[in-house]
Amino acid sequence: MADPSATPDFFLRTLLASPSLHGASIGDRIYRVTTTAFALSIPLLLVLLAIEVMVAAWPALRQFHFGFVTSTEWNVVDGVFGAAPAIYGTIVSSVLALLIATPLAIGVAIFLAEFAPPWLRQPVAFLVDLLAAIPSVVYGLWGVFVLVPFLREKLMPFIADRLHLGDTPLFSGPAYGPSMLAAGLILAIMVLPYISSVTREVLMAVPRSQREAALALGATRWEMIWGAVLPYASSGVMGGIILGLGRALGETMAVTMVIGNRHEISASLFSPGYTMASQIANEFAEATNDLHLSALMAVGAVLLFITLLVNMLARWLVWRVQRQERA
Amino acid sequence: MRLRTFAVLLVLSVTTTAATAQSVDLTGAGATFPYPLYSKWFSDYATKAGVRINYQSIGSGGGIRQLSEQTVDFGASDAPMSDAELSKAKGGKILHFPMVLGAVVVTYNLPEVQKALRLSGVVLGDIFLGKITKWNDPRIAALNPGVKLPSKDILVVHRSDGSGTTFIFTDYLSVAAPAWKSGPGTGKEVRWPVGLGGKGNEGVAGQVRQIVGAIGYVELAYARQNKLAYAEIQNAAGAYVAPTTEAITEAAAVAAQKLEKDTDYRVSIVNAPGKKAYPIASFTWLLVYEKMPNAVKAKKLADFMKYAFIDGQKSAAALDYAPLPTNLARQLEKRAVALAGAK
Repeated sequence: MADPSATPDFFLRTLLASPSLHGASIGDRIYRVTTTAFALSIPLLLVLLAIEVMVAAWPALRQFHFGFVTSTEWNVVDGVFGAAPAIYGTIVSSVLALLIATPLAIGVAIFLAEFAPPWLRQPVAFLVDLLAAIPSVVYGLWGVFVLVPFLREKLMPFIADRLHLGDTPLFSGPAYGPSMLAAGLILAIMVLPYISSVTREVLMAVPRSQREAALALGATRWEMIWGAVLPYASSGVMGGIILGLGRALGETMAVTMVIGNRHEISASLFSPGYTMASQIANEFAEATNDLHLSALMAVGAVLLFITLLVNMLARWLVWRVQRQERA
Repeated sequence: MRLRTFAVLLVLSVTTTAATAQSVDLTGAGATFPYPLYSKWFSDYATKAGVRINYQSIGSGGGIRQLSEQTVDFGASDAPMSDAELSKAKGGKILHFPMVLGAVVVTYNLPEVQKALRLSGVVLGDIFLGKITKWNDPRIAALNPGVKLPSKDILVVHRSDGSGTTFIFTDYLSVAAPAWKSGPGTGKEVRWPVGLGGKGNEGVAGQVRQIVGAIGYVELAYARQNKLAYAEIQNAAGAYVAPTTEAITEAAAVAAQKLEKDTDYRVSIVNAPGKKAYPIASFTWLLVYEKMPNAVKAKKLADFMKYAFIDGQKSAAALDYAPLPTNLARQLEKRAVALAGAK
């Protein structure tokens, strides 16, 4: 089903005031032109932003070519820049966050939409949504003073010694606390409200007939949710997850405070790492050397590119799910 | 009703902006490290001379960029500008004025060790290079006879953000530890071979305080105000010196004696040769165009610097900065006065 508003013809007609508006008051026309201008200003802003970042990043990209994204060497003194550890860290911490947050958030949403008594639903939903309103530096402080010590003293020794996973690559090395695991956990808490509130809204919007049909066929409540409600809502849930992923990719302050800021790729979740956003935040204020500045801009460009890529992938997934539903 | 409130707010905001814009005489931007002292100077000087100075502590790098673009009247930096940076300045020649002294201290978390730990440049270099990994390493023990050192792993904590503090510390390691010079080198941020990165003094200090066996470096003022343990460092004369304000001023005094007559004051004073000198010390600079386009502003800035070099130095120690040696301060005062006359 093609969206009529996406065709170039539609834009043209809008700008020239479509025939349907003939005879309409001048106010209507002004209104239409103004809102069109507003709508177009945002994509324009994005394009200008991308151009500006690319221009600034060009000297570094030209010098290091593809090596910029594959090299692990980031040495300001010698003027050698490779952003692979930051790219790796951004992706791993965000994926880790989604792995932890998604099941939890969907569970919360199912409970609130299907099981919670009305007196419990509102307060719990409100509190979960409130998580999204906490400034990220507050999460960072909490991470430094509560989460990281907890990881160092309780969780990491438990995983390594009690579960005997200390020799597996994923959990090897000394447990200092600031680590990829800490970043993933704090991001999981931060993205949880996004995923859960979108999922909750989508579940509530599933028509009653869908549920009643499943129940009428003799399904239990669990089977009804799993078989009739969730599949119906799947594209919306996917949208919520992508929203969360977008948030996780760009998060800066809280991650910087707990990830350990080490420019290195390590398989272990116990080792410190780096993300693109924290690298820019850390280094930009004191960067005076042209190549260094340009390299930081290039990191920004890569981050922008990855974010766009993720969103396109998400759109495609949603589109595919929708098409399957119709088939 | 709501509209009226909005209108009132609008009028208020317009008038306040206008008021601030009118009364600011000079604007500057740069280093965060001397900011507490600078802001005291600016407020004292405003009361005394009625000249208002607006300073944004956005970091040395930002200060240098803004001065080069001539969007501020003066800059401030913890590391001297390089020749390449100087050549990019749009307003001509930039002069460096040392304003006060700061020091970097080595802080550690060893609850068993009561007395101040003693460290030398070479050993410190090898710790930060990851070559010495245990606290009871014989080379650390040799510097601390009679101290029972634990067999814990050493965890290095460094700054993750670009910083003048890192510049001073790595500058010292490059001078005092040959292996450091041929390795990571000197910079506001370097490629650390080992360790964790913390953002800001508070990030480094926070991790050192939480993790037993950690070692890091922070500004003296930060360490003093937060009562952190810090090491005595062996200086070029072989003595172990604690970072007192006197020991830091001494380092500058020794270095000042060796300055050329036509120096541009872009000098490092790490590992100064005096017997009482603390080795990880540095000037922090005010950056000023030799020929400012506005003569009135030039005069105002020169007058402020005169104040800072004479009266201002007295308020340094209370805020844990070390005052400039008296001779040097007088010398710089003359240079500042000459600035106002330059045309």
